[in-house]
Amino acid sequence: MPDLLLDVQGLETTFKTPDGVIHAVNGVSFNLKEGETLGVVGESGCGKSVTMMSALKLIPMPPGKITAGKAFFFGKDLLQMSSEEIRHVRGAQISMVFQDPMTSLNPVLTIGRQLEEPLMLHVGMSKKQAQERAAELLSMVGIPNAKDRLGDYPHQYSGGMRQRVMIAMALSCSPQILIADEPTTALDVTIQAQITDLVRRLRDELGMAIIWITHDLGVVAGLAQRVIVMYGGFIIEESPVKELYANPEHPYTIGLLGSLPRVDEQQHQKLFSIEGQPPVLYQKPQTCPFAPRCKWAKERCWKENPMLLPVGPEHRAACWVDTKTGSYRA
Amino acid sequence: MSANNDVLLHVDNLVMHFPIYRGVFQRQVGAVHAVDGVSFDVKRGETLGLVGESGCGKSTTGRTILQLYKATAGKVLFDGADLMSLKREEMRWMRRQMQMIFQDPYASLNPRMTVADIVGEPLMVHNAATGKEIQERVAHLLELVNLSPSFAGRYPHEFSGGQRQRIGVARALALQPSFIVCDEPISALDVSIQAQVVNLLEELQEQFNLTYLFIAHDLSMVRHISKRVAVMYLGVIVELAERDELYSQPLHPYTQALLSAVPIPDPLADARRKRVILEGDVPSPVNPPSGCRFRTRCPIADKICAETRPEFRQLKPGHFVACHFAERFLQ
Repeated sequence: MPDLLLDVQGLETTFKTPDGVIHAVNGVSFNLKEGETLGVVGESGCGKSVTMMSALKLIPMPPGKITAGKAFFFGKDLLQMSSEEIRHVRGAQISMVFQDPMTSLNPVLTIGRQLEEPLMLHVGMSKKQAQERAAELLSMVGIPNAKDRLGDYPHQYSGGMRQRVMIAMALSCSPQILIADEPTTALDVTIQAQITDLVRRLRDELGMAIIWITHDLGVVAGLAQRVIVMYGGFIIEESPVKELYANPEHPYTIGLLGSLPRVDEQQHQKLFSIEGQPPVLYQKPQTCPFAPRCKWAKERCWKENPMLLPVGPEHRAACWVDTKTGSYRA
Repeated sequence: MSANNDVLLHVDNLVMHFPIYRGVFQRQVGAVHAVDGVSFDVKRGETLGLVGESGCGKSTTGRTILQLYKATAGKVLFDGADLMSLKREEMRWMRRQMQMIFQDPYASLNPRMTVADIVGEPLMVHNAATGKEIQERVAHLLELVNLSPSFAGRYPHEFSGGQRQRIGVARALALQPSFIVCDEPISALDVSIQAQVVNLLEELQEQFNLTYLFIAHDLSMVRHISKRVAVMYLGVIVELAERDELYSQPLHPYTQALLSAVPIPDPLADARRKRVILEGDVPSPVNPPSGCRFRTRCPIADKICAETRPEFRQLKPGHFVACHFAERFLQ
């Protein structure tokens, strides 16, 4: 399939800890089409970041270990690449933006230096070309007087500006895929709106594909075309964005949407709350990982882990029970 | 003292400046204008939401009200008593009435104390109970926040974020206060856990007729839990109104921008609405803009905004706003 930019199959990752082996990712398969924006949603510890980091071989090994799976990028398996090869892919063709712009920039190097480095390293620009391009990039992400501000250090920039720098850096080598890991979580709402607006604009201009990892179902609603929801190291639902919000099928997705108050809320309703807490996976679950918190759980849920199966057009969910009827799916 | 008996807390022109000292002689070279003339009432049994972005002074307001900081100027009347003129002993007594729930359930519980000690400490400090009675009260408090009394001997690290926040709530309730400042009580929690804690706070409010000052940056959650909402920007309240009034007809350009920036978890509704994207960042509170604080980012700012600080005035019954041009948005 030529239109698939990234095709991840059966990815499994574990982490060795003093308390035992944690099964963080348990057989995750998904793909990304060209120019598409994919939202990856889940709560802390659900494996959403680790999945993406594993696909790029960015997890520390040890303690981490990718125990199974393939991640094809333009037909080549990223997981089989040597560290030399994959370094050329990361940064140049697939780049990442992380949550905390305060810690992901080097405080003792100027912004300019940090922007120029990948350009010289991956694109092979001269120092002078790189400087010019760095100024262009800064103004592209909306930093005023870009040229003068190249000599500034990160502490002279505000949080929102630093995140803009991170985005400029990620886009500097014109990647095909931008992976954004909670890029707006540390920011205030008005700044978050600036950043999502910027990403939307740049996506339309540059035509790259985006994987947007977040716990915020609100941000994804306005940004993504397709969404995958993760829980306990599994993808439990996958759907086009409108379909997901209109007809969530998995009890966890339903609960998550119900537990969010809305700024356009008309009537005061008690929030739907999911009791209990997300699991810590010292064993790879053989039953449905959500069953202990699920109010629809039936006998089968405690015996077998459901597979991701079609429930609508392009819509798949991993649940034995049809929440509309409360009985097993046909 | 307070003319209106419905009003539990009356804050009048509260100012909190933190001095900045520099140099060998530690001379004061300036001040962080964290809170700069804030006035509002909180009625008995209601929840007043206080929203704003980081650094706007919302937490400082909450802490100054509880006299955790010594205010630079202004007045705080609690149940008619002027908190700033109270003697130490009187204030100590008053503190039983007003408690606080903190943002970070990981930092606000002493890791070396058991749950029983944490929840029972206020009782001990205030001599509200002794010996066996403390144990009984702790068990009862844990039940109130839906934790098993058998957890009393455990340490904070054995609990998840949501459970820790419940312990924080239990501690705040120990002295049976009438007023609780909730300082971002849910922002450190996962989405599915946030709903648990918010539902708990609402249940407790109903049960004990509690009054909340709910500080948060999450406008959706504030809309959900509050009866009235105040919006802060750079040390001042720019708008205050009944919840539905504020969210459906915001009169201050900042409130409008803030509301339009909140993502709605619904792609259709999200696509329908109008977006106001603010330029730039919040200015430094060390050297705030003259006149209206918001003028540097305001889409409708004019000359007068740099010259005169807009008065916090009542434009409609119960709807206060600090903007020279707020009439434009009246329908």
